Order: sequence, then structure tokens, then C-alpha cells
Amino acid sequence: MSLEVDIAHGFLGFSLAARFEAGPGVTALFGRSGAGKTTVVNAVAGLLRPQKGRIAIDGDVVLDTKHGVDLPVHRRGLGYVFQDARLFPHLTARQNLQYGARFTRAGMRIGEDEVINLLGIEALLDRRPARLSGGERQRVAIGRALLAQPRMLLMDEPLAALDAPRKQDILPYLERLKSEARIPILYVSHALDEIARLADTMVLLQNGTVAATGPLFDIMADPEAMPLLGAREAGAVIEVRVVETDNGGLSTLQAAAGRIELPGVTAPPGTELRLRILAQDIILSKTRPDGLVGVNILPVTIKAIHPGGGPGAAILLDAAGDRLLARLTARTLETLDLVPGQPCFAILKAMAIAPGAVGRA
Amino acid sequence: MMLDAAGWEALRLSLLVGTTATLLGLPLALWVAWLLARKTFPGKWILNAAVHLPLVLPPVVTGYLLLVAFGRQGPAGRFLEETFGLILAFRWTGAALAALVMGFPLMVRAIRLAIEAVDPRLEEAAATLGAPRYAVFATVTLPLIMPGILAGAVMGFAKAIGEFGATITFVANIPGQTQTLPSAIYSLLQVPGGEDAAIRLVLWACILAIGAVIASEWLARRVAARIAGA
Repeated sequence: MSLEVDIAHGFLGFSLAARFEAGPGVTALFGRSGAGKTTVVNAVAGLLRPQKGRIAIDGDVVLDTKHGVDLPVHRRGLGYVFQDARLFPHLTARQNLQYGARFTRAGMRIGEDEVINLLGIEALLDRRPARLSGGERQRVAIGRALLAQPRMLLMDEPLAALDAPRKQDILPYLERLKSEARIPILYVSHALDEIARLADTMVLLQNGTVAATGPLFDIMADPEAMPLLGAREAGAVIEVRVVETDNGGLSTLQAAAGRIELPGVTAPPGTELRLRILAQDIILSKTRPDGLVGVNILPVTIKAIHPGGGPGAAILLDAAGDRLLARLTARTLETLDLVPGQPCFAILKAMAIAPGAVGRA
Repeated sequence: MMLDAAGWEALRLSLLVGTTATLLGLPLALWVAWLLARKTFPGKWILNAAVHLPLVLPPVVTGYLLLVAFGRQGPAGRFLEETFGLILAFRWTGAALAALVMGFPLMVRAIRLAIEAVDPRLEEAAATLGAPRYAVFATVTLPLIMPGILAGAVMGFAKAIGEFGATITFVANIPGQTQTLPSAIYSLLQVPGGEDAAIRLVLWACILAIGAVIASEWLARRVAARIAGA
């Protein structure tokens, strides 16, 4: 499974020239508002015809302006989950789910019962959209897209219209979707926490061009990508395993470099989790600090120091094979006299990691 | 409330003319409303003006223009007679055409407003689910504009029942052939002592009009409730 995109489009003083490929799994299209994310995903879906370009799904060319190929939306075989669920108001949730089935010519990849279970919408089936909450609507919309048996799922900011608690309710469903539905997803978002939990590959869009692309763990830990992600939101993602849950409010997680204790983890022991550690939440010390409480201390080695624009510098750390990203001021850097190759200690406040930053691997 | 034979005939004819005009006009009104609401094409304003013309022209003028075009000597009238053997002049079919033309702008307006209220993004969503354009229309657009179509149908029907000026100009006032309720009332009021019979017809006209409005309200509310998901 692969999606190849190479398109150029301009309108009203904005120009887009994006080229990337998306493989199996979840590919996140990240960018600030106005970076061109929705333009790209609409071009892939066929809702917008770019002025120039080529789009192919599994080698099947759906758009090629040079050769006059432009497959209409309904024949592209792509599912689309919109930010505003766009359920049909005159149909019940069940009828919405079943809408695409009558048009699909592809074989059944996923069944109705499976989708209903996956998204936990059993109790909603006989209701009409007006009587569903925002989160429920979005789950039905995801199910509706899946049951059209698409080759790939396009999701344009599917959580952006929801409030934070609702978002946390839906993220686990998306994680299940990713691991159980086995369908490639192009996931558009400007929220790094969602992307950190879901994506395998990342495409960074900035001012209409692809500024960086690669595996999620690489991009998130790339000091050069930090300004693109936003210094306050940048932070590496590591994989950990739950050792013990709820030991006096704290759970113990095993990372490559040592154990990390965090509050708010409910997954049972043995579960593999993704942990996003914001660069600004890491403190560095040259010696192992003594007498600190409520912190996790991991031995690390400095791999690279990347002075960024402004007062900060991005420090890439090696934590027994895991990559961490820290952010220090230039002044601290000078005082500590840090150099690449130097061993030191990363200090991580237990309460600093938001529950939302913990997701299933 | 009892009517004489001529009264019943006028009532029967009005219902026949109104039903025919509404059923024939509705699909055409739907198509024109769709064009006006969703499409841009050269000459769109001409179509828009032409549709609305019967609303602003004196009905007598519309009736005269119909007579010129669809009379047995008129180009359209001759064509219809030679091709289909259909004669409109001074027949109930002509009354139906006059009623259709006069009610058409009302149907188009109601349906057009309904189409403009449909979120095109719902239609986009249907397309992403694999629905070809005609299926999108049949399964999403049409159910959503159904209240507008019903409202348009009732307006058109009521207009057809009440149409007088264009009808009497185009097809005259022939009892049993082109004498609908309004023409019958008009005729009765022209003769001394006809008032009693006229009042009974007036009552029937009121019953039909009010019944149509109530029926449309009831239907529209049912459809709206279905759409809103109550």
C-alpha cells in the first residue's frame, strides 16, 4: 500500500507544491493552519483539482494533469473523515454506517459488526445525528467511512472540533482502529499530541511545501525539526512497557535507559506504551542529582547540540538507544559546558507528562 | 354546501386542472430550481427572469401570450396538435397549462430556497462514500429538500385552483370544459340572483385552499421532524 502525491496548486496568494509518499500504517500530515494540509487531502480525495500534479494509490493513478487523468471522487475508493462529521441528518446512525455499502465494488475488508465493536457505537445505532454528541458523531463518521471499504482512510483534523476530554475519549478508538483495522491512514492534524500517539510516518508541511518527512520517532527527535514543530511542543517519543500499575498513584514504566514512574497510567502491566516527553520538561545535570523527589532520572549521553534561533538550543540525547530531546537556553549551555559525547543525567518531573501524552504503542 | 350540477362540474374541473398542473410542473420546477441554485451558466439571469415573469406580468397578458403561442394558429399550438393531436385552446388542457405557468414561479422559488439550504459538504461526503452524482441527489439532496418540494407543490396547487386572469384569457369560460371555480364564481356574480350559488362555490374555494395549507404544514412538519432526527 502506498500513496504518492506530487501536486502544485495556487490560489489567492497561496501556493502549494507538495510531494510525499505515504506507506502502510498512519501517515500524519502536520502543519500550522494555512500550511496547505486540507488542500492536499482534498486533492487526494478528488474534492479539489490541483492545477498540476499526479496522485497515485497503489500505483493506480487517480490524478495526472499532464495526461488528463482525474478520477471522480466516488471512484477513488478512499474513505474521508471530515472535521465536522458530516453525517446525513435524515438517516439514523445505522443508515449512515450502511450508506457506502451499496456503492462499493471492492471486496469486503471489514464487516459491520466489527466496525460497530471497534468504535463502541452499538448503543447509538437507532439514533439520528441530531441526538448524538460531537464525539459520538465522529465515531459514527469513522465507521461510515470504513464500511465504504476504502483502500485508504483520509482523516482531516477529526478531533479538532471536540473539547479536550472528548478528544481523550476518542483517541483510544483511533489507536484501536490503527492496530485492528489494518487500513492505511492519512491523518491531517496540527496537534502533536494526537500525532505522537497515532502516526508511524510524519510529513511536515510548511507554507505549502514539505519541510521534512520520515518515521515519526525520527522527526520527533530531530533537533532540526524543532522550530517546525514549535519549540514548546517539540519532544521525542519513546516506547516503554508497563511494569507495575498504580503503586500509590504512580505506575512504573520500563524504558531502555531505566525505569520511569508516572501518574495516571491505567494500562495493565506488560502493555507497550508510547511516551512523548516534551523537550522543555527535561532538565540536564552533569552529576547524578541527590535528594530530588517526584522526578525520574535517566542516564543519557549528549549526541548533538543544535543551537536554534532565539535563546534556546535543542539537545539530542541518547538514552540507551532511545532518543530524547531537551531544550536549554544558550546561557545554561555555556555554564554547563556541555559537549557532544558527554554523559549526563536527564531529569524528568513525574507530573510533567500529561496523561494524553501516553498512548498505546 | 350542496352544489348544483354546474357547480360540481366547476369543482371537479378545478381539482383536475390543479392536480395536472402541479404534477406536470413539479419535475420541471425541480430541475429549474436546481439549475438556478447550483449552476452557473451564461444566460442564467434570462432563465431566472423568464421563470419569474408570470409573477409580475398582468395575468391577462400571460394569458394572451399563451393564446398567441399555444392557440390553434400559434406555432407551439400547431406543433402540439400536429404531432400529438393535443389541442390546448379552449380545452381543460389549456386551463391546466395556464395554471402551470402561473404557479411555476412559486414552485421554483420554494424548491430553490430548499436546495440552497442543503449543505453541499454533505453531498461531498456522499461522493467520498462512493455515491455517483445521481445517487447523491436521490439519497441525500432529495430527502433533504422534500419539505421545500411539498411547500412548492401546495403553493402551485393553490395557485392553480385560484388562477383566473390567464385562464379566462387563454381558454375562455366554457362550462364543463374550461370553467373552473373562479370563472364559475365570476359568471354567477354577473347574473341576477346568482349570489347564493356563488357563495357556495366561494366556501368550497376556501375549504380547498385552507385544506391545502393544512396538508402541506402537516407533511412539512413530518418531513422536517424526520430530517432533524426527532
